[in-house]
Amino acid sequence: MADADETSKQAERNTNVGDGIAVKKQDIARAKNEGKELTKDEKQRLRKEKKQQKKNKKDDKGESEHENVPLPPSQAVVQCQSQKVCTSEKPAKSKAEQRAERRARQEADRAAKGKKGESAQQPPSGKSKAPPNELQPVVKRLPEHVQVDDPAAVRKLAKKLERQQIPVRSEYGYKVSLFSHLHQYSRKAPLTQQISIPSTVIHPYIVRLGLQYSQGIVAGSNARSIALLHAFQKVIQDYKTPPNEELSRDLVNKLKPYISYLNQCRPLSASMGNAIKYVKKEISNIPCLCKEEEAKKQLLSCIDNYIKEKITLAATTISAYAIEKISNGDVILVYGCSSLVNHILCDAFDKKRKFSVIVVDSRPRLEGREALRRLVKKGICCTYVLISAVSYILPEVSKVFLGAHALLANGYVMSRVGTSQIALVAKAYNVPVLVCCETYKFCERVQTDSFVSNELDDPDDLMVTRKGKIHLENWQDIRQLGLLNLVYDVTPPDFVDLVITDLGMIPCTSVPVVLRVKNVDQ
Amino acid sequence: MELQAVLMAAGGGSRMMELTYNTHKPLLPVGNKPLIWYPLNLLERVGFEEVIIITTKDVQKMLTPDRLKLDGKMKLDVVCIQLEGEMGTADALRHVQQKIKTDVLVLSCDLITDVALHEVVDLFRAHNASMAMLMSKLHEFTETVPGQKGKKKAGEQRDFVGVDATGQRLLFMANEADLEDGLTIRKSIMCKHPSMRIRTGLLDAHLYCLKRCVVDFLVENKNISSIRGELIPYLVRKQFSKSVNLPNNKDEVEMSQKMEGQTNLEILGSCKDEELLRLTQERSCWNDHHGDMSEAYHGGKVRCYVHIMEDGVCYRVNTLAAYIEANRMAPKLIEDPPIHPSAVISECTQVGADSIIGASCQISDKTSIKRSTVGASSTVREKVKITNSILMNGVTVEEGCNIQGSVICSNAVIGRNADIKYCLVGSSQRIEPDARHLDSNLSINDSALGSLKMSRDWPA
Repeated sequence: MADADETSKQAERNTNVGDGIAVKKQDIARAKNEGKELTKDEKQRLRKEKKQQKKNKKDDKGESEHENVPLPPSQAVVQCQSQKVCTSEKPAKSKAEQRAERRARQEADRAAKGKKGESAQQPPSGKSKAPPNELQPVVKRLPEHVQVDDPAAVRKLAKKLERQQIPVRSEYGYKVSLFSHLHQYSRKAPLTQQISIPSTVIHPYIVRLGLQYSQGIVAGSNARSIALLHAFQKVIQDYKTPPNEELSRDLVNKLKPYISYLNQCRPLSASMGNAIKYVKKEISNIPCLCKEEEAKKQLLSCIDNYIKEKITLAATTISAYAIEKISNGDVILVYGCSSLVNHILCDAFDKKRKFSVIVVDSRPRLEGREALRRLVKKGICCTYVLISAVSYILPEVSKVFLGAHALLANGYVMSRVGTSQIALVAKAYNVPVLVCCETYKFCERVQTDSFVSNELDDPDDLMVTRKGKIHLENWQDIRQLGLLNLVYDVTPPDFVDLVITDLGMIPCTSVPVVLRVKNVDQ
Repeated sequence: MELQAVLMAAGGGSRMMELTYNTHKPLLPVGNKPLIWYPLNLLERVGFEEVIIITTKDVQKMLTPDRLKLDGKMKLDVVCIQLEGEMGTADALRHVQQKIKTDVLVLSCDLITDVALHEVVDLFRAHNASMAMLMSKLHEFTETVPGQKGKKKAGEQRDFVGVDATGQRLLFMANEADLEDGLTIRKSIMCKHPSMRIRTGLLDAHLYCLKRCVVDFLVENKNISSIRGELIPYLVRKQFSKSVNLPNNKDEVEMSQKMEGQTNLEILGSCKDEELLRLTQERSCWNDHHGDMSEAYHGGKVRCYVHIMEDGVCYRVNTLAAYIEANRMAPKLIEDPPIHPSAVISECTQVGADSIIGASCQISDKTSIKRSTVGASSTVREKVKITNSILMNGVTVEEGCNIQGSVICSNAVIGRNADIKYCLVGSSQRIEPDARHLDSNLSINDSALGSLKMSRDWPA
């Protein structure tokens, strides 16, 4: 209900800023919303007046005849409404006038974007362009890790790191232009080069963890989260409250530079983000009068419980659900090395199900080898192929089990690069695709493509030695050549048939519901 | 705290007694700085704030910060040991065991290197290793060593070092002296690491990162007296010994300890290995090797890593040849200007670009100094030619001398018109005027030297 009211108010605001044609729209809008607004008329009128005053102050640039006010992206519904309003107008103007207006708007937008680097609006959205003088401050800010090509954002990050006494990791190599807004680091230049050896600013366990992240020794969403929580336990154990400070506030401040450091070593995953939020919440909930020893014990046990509940027990629950989906004689396809999928398959094998597995692998990580080793060690019959052979073996496959790095709020699955390909081909062959994911990996972000937010791994990983010759050895010398080593991609919910979580088996589009339920709980 | 540094400076320098019989090895001047300055500078540059130095009483008196010319605020904690008994490096580490609370970085005072220390320490951290060490490619010494009388010293026994395919994991280490029948490699090692590279031309830099539990293990096992000679080979072998089935309750642990008599390193180490770390490794999709069915690190708890420097400066100044080579390399490592500002050099002298002149020197006219090091407070009179030589502190060279390829120890006096080629002049010696010496050892005579040589297994 609240949403509907809001949208109607916005529509009203839209219609009021404008010319003669606006009257028509007012009628249309009122006609739609009559029933709901009778009680709140006065409030709306007040708001309208305030809006008018604001606009009169800002109205110094060229006249605009369109009343499309730029809207925060979170109110996507409103955008649709205004778009509809817009289309009903277009036949009323001549095409030349429209083109001229559009051009003017584009110029103005480009100028505005040049000034305001933090606007989240996408200028060429076609229908809801905005004149600069009517730009409202946007609610959401772009995270810094997708703004590497913006020098202002980079400088801001550098200042923040300097304040926290964390060294800045330098970028490496030529970046493919489509991904130049992301960080790209070299594994041979670790961050430990720039910190003192008996590290004093950063806790030794965090230094070790950062090193293990950047070298790939701890890889995989679950492993990274467990290692992070373990390191936090060590930090909490070694923590001593300084005099005149409260543990609940000071400890959170202590953790912030460590998190920045880990972010520099390798961008944080969604599961790690949720774990950090949980720990911070637990710390701030410690009562002031609690003694340090008790507080520490409580925090340590909270972390232990989180791991037990969200990771270990969740894995058991998911495997109990998933085993219902595995029948005798199945040929199951898995991609890469997902700890959860491996766990499910091993459990199913223990419960005497007869199935065989096809492990699909891809360069440069070749994580499938590790999955293959674990499954074969258990005794499961496995076949190993590279991703280029997926359409060849898919006719033999009865189910596809995929792991996920994170599940986004619009139902998209973020996973290792190549997963969306597998899902696509499986869809083409009508093979069911089941994604297994614990609820702590659910994330409130929305993403529809793999470009905006991703991770670029070390491009030198793509160099391969065959018969003594290192291919692509001097790739940096060729100016036009860029090596791209993406880590993640997003799979649309149309390709995913079922998501198995510890709350049950849900369709992909129910992720926002789960998030809402979680938020209500907490 | 993450790492504590321990500097071993009680060695006698038994392989270069000609130099060390009068000056203690940590204080030998290299590039006009005491030898101990180099490892201390390395530690300071990297960010250490405290160092524990183990040394003898005589050296301790000289180890004041201004004498050492240390710029930073590094705190030196000097611990003395008596030299009456045979004390090895491991014994010394046991001696300071109370002070050691974290993992330890053990250095020798005669190490001169510009290694990026984070390479060694990162191996230690990332793989949670029991030991990480530094090795370097052995460089042949090109300078003629003075005072050898043409005799070639018997080649030192080689070290055989076996590393795995990545070049980082240490699989095998033995000295030629211990291998009478030939080199045997256990089958278990070959099964786990089918590809092994055995290298012989490597210099052990005697820089070790050791875990806390290894130090505790040393305390329990008092029969290990040398780190390099006994502890490191033991750790390398222990990586592949049959792992003890870890008893689950404490009673069994104690019983097995009593039965063995020696505390098992693995039991000490693995108590720290926690449940969460094991869970992390289980969930992580990383393995250090591929091709067989075992988990990462083959499930072994003891791991030894080595970082091999392919290029860069790394010397251990424990022989005369190394000492000369180090003096040659010293200008590259020191940021100070080669000619000390307080040295007085007259205009008609030629001082080569690669020579170092110490503080308060007095170089008179018409002298030529090339590729040499002149120590502090030395006096060089007119018409002297010094080439390829090392003059320590307080040396006086009278007019007309010609010194080539020689090492002149502190406070020596070279008489007028002396011609010294490839000689070693001991400290406080006087060379008569007009003397001609070629390729001789002009220090105290050899018999006296022999009595001073002590057989200790210090990193000498």
